[in-house]
Amino acid sequence: MPFRMFDGNGAAVEAIRMARPGVIAAYPITPQSSIAEKLSDCVANGQIDAEYIRVESEHSAMSVCVGACLTGVRVATATSSVGLALMHEVCGVTSGCRLPVVMPVVNRSLVAPWSLWCDHQDTMAERDTGWLQFYCGTVQEVLDLTLCAYRISEHQDVLTPSMVCLDGFFLSHSMQKVSAPTDEEAWDFVGPYVRRNMYIDPTDVMFVNDLCPTSEYTEMRYQQKVGFERAADVAREVFDEYGRRFGRRPCTVEKYLLDDADIALVTMGSMSGTAKFAVNELRRQGVKAGLLRICMFRPFPAGEIREALKNVPVVGVVDRSAGLGAAQPPAATEVSAALRGAGCRVFSFVGGLAGRDISDGAFKGLYSELLDVFEGQAQSVNTWFDLKGDPMALREVDIIC
Amino acid sequence: MSTQRETPTSTPAKRRILGPCSVVFTAANTGSWRLERPQLDESKCIRCGTCARSCPTDCITVSRDGCPVVFDWYYCKGCGICVNECPKNALSLVKERGEH
Repeated sequence: MPFRMFDGNGAAVEAIRMARPGVIAAYPITPQSSIAEKLSDCVANGQIDAEYIRVESEHSAMSVCVGACLTGVRVATATSSVGLALMHEVCGVTSGCRLPVVMPVVNRSLVAPWSLWCDHQDTMAERDTGWLQFYCGTVQEVLDLTLCAYRISEHQDVLTPSMVCLDGFFLSHSMQKVSAPTDEEAWDFVGPYVRRNMYIDPTDVMFVNDLCPTSEYTEMRYQQKVGFERAADVAREVFDEYGRRFGRRPCTVEKYLLDDADIALVTMGSMSGTAKFAVNELRRQGVKAGLLRICMFRPFPAGEIREALKNVPVVGVVDRSAGLGAAQPPAATEVSAALRGAGCRVFSFVGGLAGRDISDGAFKGLYSELLDVFEGQAQSVNTWFDLKGDPMALREVDIIC
Repeated sequence: MSTQRETPTSTPAKRRILGPCSVVFTAANTGSWRLERPQLDESKCIRCGTCARSCPTDCITVSRDGCPVVFDWYYCKGCGICVNECPKNALSLVKERGEH
């Protein structure tokens, strides 16, 4: 398989192009813009035989995708940050109507404070919208997971849309070496879109998404729950098949040196490579450190995470989300629930917000805090790491009398 | 034939649809809501088509020959927009039931 150079957005576009969508509606937003632009290029120069519908917002982009998908074509869109927030309402329509849309989301923080840079607060705010969520660690995974997402989402028993999340700038604008299948190989894997559920068809009329009575709403949510349960199995089957065909098996969770670990961190997304580097350094110094990367966040692979971490005495979960007012931020909450009763002590770390780099030094600091707990020298950790000296005194002005 | 089909051919196949949609349109007869209906005075009608273009539910057909204006009474709610829009005052609203 030949190697090619892509940034994360380029890899997302390549996967979308290979899946041959019939309708595209995307509204540009930093750092997603080059996806919208490149998709437009592909339609203009004939690489994708699709209708590119220009829209005035993300709300409209997803609305177009819903309508188009209901006519029986594969659709494409992508977004980021506040664009995803504006799309929120229609995201629920997409999942509730069981439309298997696959959407790259380039992770960027939410306002305010206004920011263009990476954290996971935008997609974490959508974690209960009824979408599958995959968090990519590398540009290669952007390509692999997007292709797999079509198969998982469109599976007869799943019929649930997917967000393929890639870290803004760290992945979206980072050029990396990518092994890509040929168009024929990819098409053989993804296959043509088949409408399997409701549809808009003048010859066989349905009224889609009408007012649902109280007596049926619970059942329709239950149908979605069943879809999520099947999605977990289908994802593993699709990952296996992808591995057999292309030699790389995407994972739901990635385990790194966990078997004998005393302490472990749980990470998501592009920070994980740096974390592995820190683990290697610590291992050389004789510290039994390990790492678990969560790649599939919805459906949450609680069983696998429990199996992977149950024998690690001290676990820290790094959230690229503030989790304001929560018992713990999103990933930490879920990991804690998965490990309930397992005997591990689970701690939460918050950092890397708005593109702040989580350096190897920062990771070593986190492992050092976990090691202190493991050795009994500390009872807890500092959840908000890498904070400036006095966060409350960032701005000080004179009082005018 | 000595064999028998396991399922009788008269039984239609069933397909499950997940999520919110309606396939039985018992509420589609919006004409049943009508309290007044538009009535045409053919002597005034010039077949201009303004009523058809202004109908919000697209249930008026204007033709060159024969009866100039045909209403779809299954959907027409009697909203009266066509009556207001007619440039020749050829349409008027009459009571749906009872004398007028």
